[in-house]
Order: sequence, then C-alpha cells, then structure tokens
Amino acid sequence: MLVFEKNALSQEIESLVVKYGTSRSALLQILQEIQRKHKYISDFAQQEVARLMNIHPVEVNSVISFYSFLHSKPQGRNIVKLCKTISCDMAGKETVENAVKRELGISFNETTKDNRISLEYTSCLGQCDSGPAMIINEKVYTRLDPETAVKLLNELK
Amino acid sequence: MESKLKTKRTGQVIFSPYSSGEGIKKALSLGRENILFELKSSGLKGRGGAGFPTSTKWMLSAAAVADKKFIVCNADEGEPGTFKDRVLLQEYPELIFDGIVIAGFTIGAQTGIVYLRGEYEYLLEGLEDHLIKMRETNFLGKKILGKEGFDFDISIRLGSGAYVCGEETALIESLEGHRGEPRNRPPYPVDTGYMGYPTVVNNVETLSAVPHIIVKGADWYKKFGTEKSSGTKLFSVSGDCEKPGVYELPWGISIKELLELVEAKNTKAVQVGGASGTCIPKSQFNRKFGYEDLPTGGSIIIFNESRSMLKVLKNFMEFFVEESCGQCTPCRIGNTKLLEGVEKIETGEFTYAYINVLKDLGRTMQVASKCGLGQSSPNSFISILENFKDEIFHTKGQGGKNE
Repeated sequence: MLVFEKNALSQEIESLVVKYGTSRSALLQILQEIQRKHKYISDFAQQEVARLMNIHPVEVNSVISFYSFLHSKPQGRNIVKLCKTISCDMAGKETVENAVKRELGISFNETTKDNRISLEYTSCLGQCDSGPAMIINEKVYTRLDPETAVKLLNELK
Repeated sequence: MESKLKTKRTGQVIFSPYSSGEGIKKALSLGRENILFELKSSGLKGRGGAGFPTSTKWMLSAAAVADKKFIVCNADEGEPGTFKDRVLLQEYPELIFDGIVIAGFTIGAQTGIVYLRGEYEYLLEGLEDHLIKMRETNFLGKKILGKEGFDFDISIRLGSGAYVCGEETALIESLEGHRGEPRNRPPYPVDTGYMGYPTVVNNVETLSAVPHIIVKGADWYKKFGTEKSSGTKLFSVSGDCEKPGVYELPWGISIKELLELVEAKNTKAVQVGGASGTCIPKSQFNRKFGYEDLPTGGSIIIFNESRSMLKVLKNFMEFFVEESCGQCTPCRIGNTKLLEGVEKIETGEFTYAYINVLKDLGRTMQVASKCGLGQSSPNSFISILENFKDEIFHTKGQGGKNE
C-alpha cells in the first residue's frame, strides 16, 4: 500500500469515527461502511479503526471474522452471493450455480482474474417464495434462471 | 425485484385495514396500565418462534427502574424458509414502527432500535423514508402528539450475515459492537439488555400485531385462533406448491388445510419451523398449528414425493455447521458430527449403533447447548431419521442378478 493511499484511508476512517462516535457499539457500523466501499477491510484499516476507537486490533479482527458479510482478504469489485438453503436449492439453485461457474471460469469462494467478481454462497436470503435468489453487492435478485443470472453478471463492471 | 402486492393482501388481523399512527393515538389516550391490560388479555405471544407472552416481557421491563430503557425490534429473520418479516418491512412499516412507539411509551423507553438483517439492506431506504415521515408528523421526536415527557425516536442498524444474531442476547451483543455470541440467561434482557439497560426485544410480527390489538381491543383479537393460541399467525410457505407466499391464518388450522390452500400436490412431508423445526410426515397432516400442538415461527417448507429427505437433512445440517457461532461445544462439535453422520448414511458406510449414538448426541445437544440454535438444531436430524427411516434405510432392491 502506498503512503498516500494509507493517508487517504486513515482520513476516511477518521471521518467515519467522527460520524458514528468512538463507543464500541459503533464498531460494526464503521466496519460495514469500510466493507461497502472497499469490499474488504485490510490489516491497515483494522489497525486504524482499533487505534481511533481505542480498542485492541485483535478485537476488530475477531468481529470481522465472525460476520460472513465482512471480509479481511481482498475481494473482487462486485460480490455475488448465491443462496444455498433448501427452498432455493429445490427451486433450481444448482443450474444457476453451474452456469455461473462455467461462464466465469471460477468456483465459488473465488475471484475472477480481472478482479471483477467474487462468488460466494450464503445462507437463507428470505426470498424462499421466489427462489433461486442471489445478492449482487446489496441488491437482491429473485426467480433466477441460468440465463438471467449470467446476463446480470455480464452487466457488472 | 418484486412488485408491490399490498392491495391484494387480506387478513384478519395484521393484514386488516390500519392507518398510520392510529395505534399511537389510541395508546396515548389509554395510558400505560390499560395498554398492558389489553395486551395481557389478548394473549399475544412472541411470534419469532419461542412464544413467550409479550405482556410479561413488557411488564417486567416496565417495572424495572433505570434511567434509560430500549425497545429492540428483531428484524434478523434468518430461519430457512421464513420471509414474513420481509413482507411486513416492505409493505407494512407503519405497523412495525407504531408497535415500537407503543412499546416505548408503555415501558418508558426513549429509544427504539430496529436490527435489520444485512440481507435486507435493500429495504433500508424505504424504512428510513417512513421514519422521516413519522418525525414530520410528530409520531416520533419530542413530546409525541403533545404528550408531556414522552420523547422517543427509532434508529435502524444493520446486521452482517449471522443467523445466530436472531437470538436476542446475541443480537444485543451485535448491537454493542461485539461478535454475535449469545449470553448466559439469566440475567434476561428485560432487566439487563442493551448496554446493561432494561430492553424489550420483540419480533417484527409481534410488534405488528400490537397496534391492531390496541385499536380494536383484546376481545376482538381473541375471536381469532384457539383458546390457548389467540389471534393469527403469518405463515411463510415455500417449496413444492403452486402458490408459495405469506399467508395470514388463524391458529388452529391443520397442515392439511394449509396444503389445500397453497395447492400442494403429492406432498410427502412438511418442515414446520424451518431448519430448526420438525419434519412432519403425511400420516400426521391432521395436526394443527398452535401452542397446544405445533407451535411455529411460521416457516413452512413443503416436499413432494420426488424429494430425497436425506438430501434435505444434509442441507439443514450444512446450514447449522455454517451458522453455529462456535462458542459452546455441544453445538460447535455436535452439528459437525451430525453432518458427518448424514454423509456416512449417504455413502452407506454406517452402522445402526453409530446412528443411535448420534441420536443420543442430538438429545444431549438439546439440553446442553447454550442457546436456541444448538438446542433446536438436532430437531430435524432426529425427526427426519425417525419419520422417514423407510425411505432412508430400507430402500428396496430393484430386482435383477446378483453381482
């Protein structure tokens, strides 16, 4: 990481801490904002959050490792999560899953070489009446078939 | 994305007509004691699945002495097959927020927090818009509707993809910025909750019923349902049927009636209560939903004759292995062992002695786990292996030569 990148990130985290406060209950909100923007929370970002909130970096890391939507390793620019729970599974999750894998040439829990898309599984998305369902970044897509799923992924920048 | 279906929904209680703020006005004129009385006589119980009487929760925290109190709305529905809260959050935010304000007034809280699961982040904007409208019309803010000393506001906090955070103490841990690991109970949140202050944690559906009960009265509410299970329940129906979706039905309806309503055909089994619930075979379809027989949080997953129950069970056990928070040993190790057992049955490398050991392990988990996750995760393992043993263990030969 370059020095000016580090400085920019520090400034960003400082403004988040100003926005949410230094109380421990603000930690998850701050981490969620960093995750939303950068798609992961780097070691340096974790240390900065810990320093500014006056807690141990291990505490920050343990919170990140607990929640499945927070990442400590770099991800692609778009995070795609496919629901693997029973109702979506019965509605045809597997055909969507296979089509997406073939099209991108990667497996789940992997990122494309051009860093465009990371594929993940997720537990029940609460769209069981209209599966198979998938979340792309924060947006939910339902009633997918392999063709639409692939089309959605191809539209991602 | 789904379209707005609000005009099409009809129901006896929650989906009955209601105009925003109606419940708050009535509640303020009734006063605290009368609200608690109405709620107690309505017999409303927690709709998340546990079924704890709502009035008791409110009374305990109303009686607690503290300079701050909190209302937390549990919108972290993560049980496989449940999506009723999504419909309420999207189409009936006025019910939820009015319910929170009424709860806040009753117990003397100043702050309401909605813990919205990360998967529903796309609903956040609509909810925030509704809160802004409520602030403009003084249903939130200082001196609500001119009531001296009643200041109340609501904020929304997002989860980050952890099923266990639906457990109320884990949810509070998460709100406090920690890992979502359940606490020991007691102390209960009603006296030691968020930040150590008295906190009422209620499910979205429970809070949505409150404004209706306040406006129309407990006697009206009790007309629906059965003697011990008053009112209606939202059922989230998915799986093999023609009409999946959210249905508001009175307690006391049987599985068979529900299956007819949603046009399910060739049904072999119904999973009641999601992955942590029980799997009901065809022979028991006359059982009725309600606290007397089949209590449920409302998740109904339907399986027809073509489904392999072993695969269903494997999906459930994979879910629990993934979602166990790992804090207590019975749940962390137990779920992994049960999943291993399912995989052994799948490949045929099992002994009945070992399966019986695993069923014992399941029963141990039910009593030894720290929270509801581990206490209920063996339910589907035990009920599926018991109710579908013919299919799983006694598959008949196809005929032919011996090789």
